[in-house]
Amino acid sequence: MTDIKADIDVLRGIDPNAPLLEVNDLHVEFRTRDGIARAVNGANFNLAPGETLAILGESGCGKSVTAQAIMGILDSPPGYITQGEVKYRGVDLLKLPEKQRRSVRANHIAMIFQDALSALNPVFTVGFQLSELFRVHRGMSRADAKKRSIELLDQVKIPAARTRVSDYPHQFSGGMRQRVMIAMALALDPDVLIADEPTTALDVTVQAQIMGLLAELQQQRNMGLILITHDMGVVADVADRISVMYAGKVVEEAGVYDIYSRPAHPYAKALLESIPRLDMKGQQLNVIRGLPPALTAVPKGCAFNPRCAFAQDVCRQDPPPPQYIVAPGRTARCHFWRDVVGDE
Amino acid sequence: MSDRTEVVLETKKLVKHFPITQGIVFKSKVGAVQAVDGVDIQLRRGETLGVVGESGCGKSTLAKLLVGLEKPTSGAINVRGEDMTKLKGTALRRARRNIQMVLQDPYTSLNPRMTVGDIIGEPFEIHPEVVPRKGRDKAVQDLLDTVGLNPDHVNRYPHQFSGGQRQRIGIARALALKPEIIVCDEPVSALDVSIQAQVINLLEALQDEFGLSYIFIAHDLSVVRHIADRVAVMYLGRVVETGNDQEIYENPTHPYTQALLSAVPVPDPTLRGHRDQIVLEGDVPSPANPPSGCRFRTRCWKAQSICAEQDPVLSIRERSPHASACHFAEPRDVVHAL
Repeated sequence: MTDIKADIDVLRGIDPNAPLLEVNDLHVEFRTRDGIARAVNGANFNLAPGETLAILGESGCGKSVTAQAIMGILDSPPGYITQGEVKYRGVDLLKLPEKQRRSVRANHIAMIFQDALSALNPVFTVGFQLSELFRVHRGMSRADAKKRSIELLDQVKIPAARTRVSDYPHQFSGGMRQRVMIAMALALDPDVLIADEPTTALDVTVQAQIMGLLAELQQQRNMGLILITHDMGVVADVADRISVMYAGKVVEEAGVYDIYSRPAHPYAKALLESIPRLDMKGQQLNVIRGLPPALTAVPKGCAFNPRCAFAQDVCRQDPPPPQYIVAPGRTARCHFWRDVVGDE
Repeated sequence: MSDRTEVVLETKKLVKHFPITQGIVFKSKVGAVQAVDGVDIQLRRGETLGVVGESGCGKSTLAKLLVGLEKPTSGAINVRGEDMTKLKGTALRRARRNIQMVLQDPYTSLNPRMTVGDIIGEPFEIHPEVVPRKGRDKAVQDLLDTVGLNPDHVNRYPHQFSGGQRQRIGIARALALKPEIIVCDEPVSALDVSIQAQVINLLEALQDEFGLSYIFIAHDLSVVRHIADRVAVMYLGRVVETGNDQEIYENPTHPYTQALLSAVPVPDPTLRGHRDQIVLEGDVPSPANPPSGCRFRTRCWKAQSICAEQDPVLSIRERSPHASACHFAEPRDVVHAL
């Protein structure tokens, strides 16, 4: 059984000094009956240990597909990665054979999902599902694996872990189920955790508990965290950097303080102005006119141009705006980013 | 909104208990889920009353009771002085016209086999006296125009519209019978943020145009703050605090309201770590077996023995200028930076 563990260690070419996770020019398309939907159109970002990167965007902007591509759990067909690289410590994961990818998942990169009830298997106890990880990946005995499972449930602060380990997923409340998912993701000590809308289905008071727990665990383990969400409040609370996605592209990437105070892309700006705030009684909310484009027919030039207040003729023509460097570590895909930033 | 404005809707000690039964042939009642347990609310003309609370607190059951989709176990719903729960036949039909509903999920609340024209026109089939048969097509087109949709799209089907547009269809349907009161049950929670703002603005514009009164049920406290004039906070089937927007958001006095507000993230990273955060332990107790006395006491940091013995009534208290159901009510600002 030890050879399985050995298999992981020989993940060839790992360079401890290389960046933790790098995504370069990732393209994902879905070949559907209605044509080719380009869900991700050249996404770029990187992640350092201990850092929280938020990927922010509305439904259909490609944020979950990006996560699935990184994890290697994209449904294929219809989804295909057509271009780009996903480098973990210098190793391009997209070039690895499936067997090795399997060991990368869980051991190095783990993911938690929005809906814990459908992500957990309803016919096995949570203890069994957690133990399975240790038995398959670490070759532990049943008894040892169960012991480890209880420790993990303790770590994610599930009360009476010793008895709850033999409960089924439906016997847990929504927040507790999400804790089980977190335990499962962290079981094999990954150094990258991808959280896809981890608190969207939960009430605010439970959301606060879960986000607090995630932050604590991240700090203990110095993990890189990719938080995929559409909730700008949550992002403001926890993220270090933000990538705003629109129609499959990262349209703005910046530190969290910069983007909230002076956004450089019109979409990020409009999004921030359209949310009601708890600590202010606002007047009319600013509205982004129109709808996000269908991914089978993304507009020419900048995908946001039909809805943009800054759009000029150049925005309606190909090539789409490149990644302008607004400041060191800060980019925006808008020809007029100077006007947007200076518009305050 | 002044206190003198006419009250259009009022509930008195409204209760809805769902029985829990045991046995198949000989069913016996072994308990009750106390979904709504003694709720008193008042809605004035042209006003928006926000109802907030976590899942399972009874806010959707309250909505169903108000529009008559559920029969209350006890209590009264007075609409312009008439008790809806006592009406029958024609009088009930006429009264129900006055109070309509917008549902949460625009994807499942529109019949996929009906055209938009049929969906919005269906209320006229049920209440034919509102608009004469001849004028119906025109009325439907006017409604589409009112909610910002193209009147030529009457023959399209729901799947041809986006989420935001579908919610507009749902709003047009609720407006069809010219009601005075619209109950909105989570009308924007299924929508993306950029679309959410469009629908909220539409609801506000319609309120000004037709003088509507809204009961606005939502779990998103920021949205409620934006749209509501007064707010009722619910916990386990009861209203624990009510007041105007200023009172609830700036000076909440019930510990549950304070915890709820402090848990809502504010989209401003500069406030990170500078806000008073109250993280509640544990989960909401089961409404089938609520705690004695104050229902929040099991998760409350102020709980004393009196909380288990005496049920705190919703009233104005020494340290709470607006109604609060807590023995130890006192204001605490949790929304702003410290």
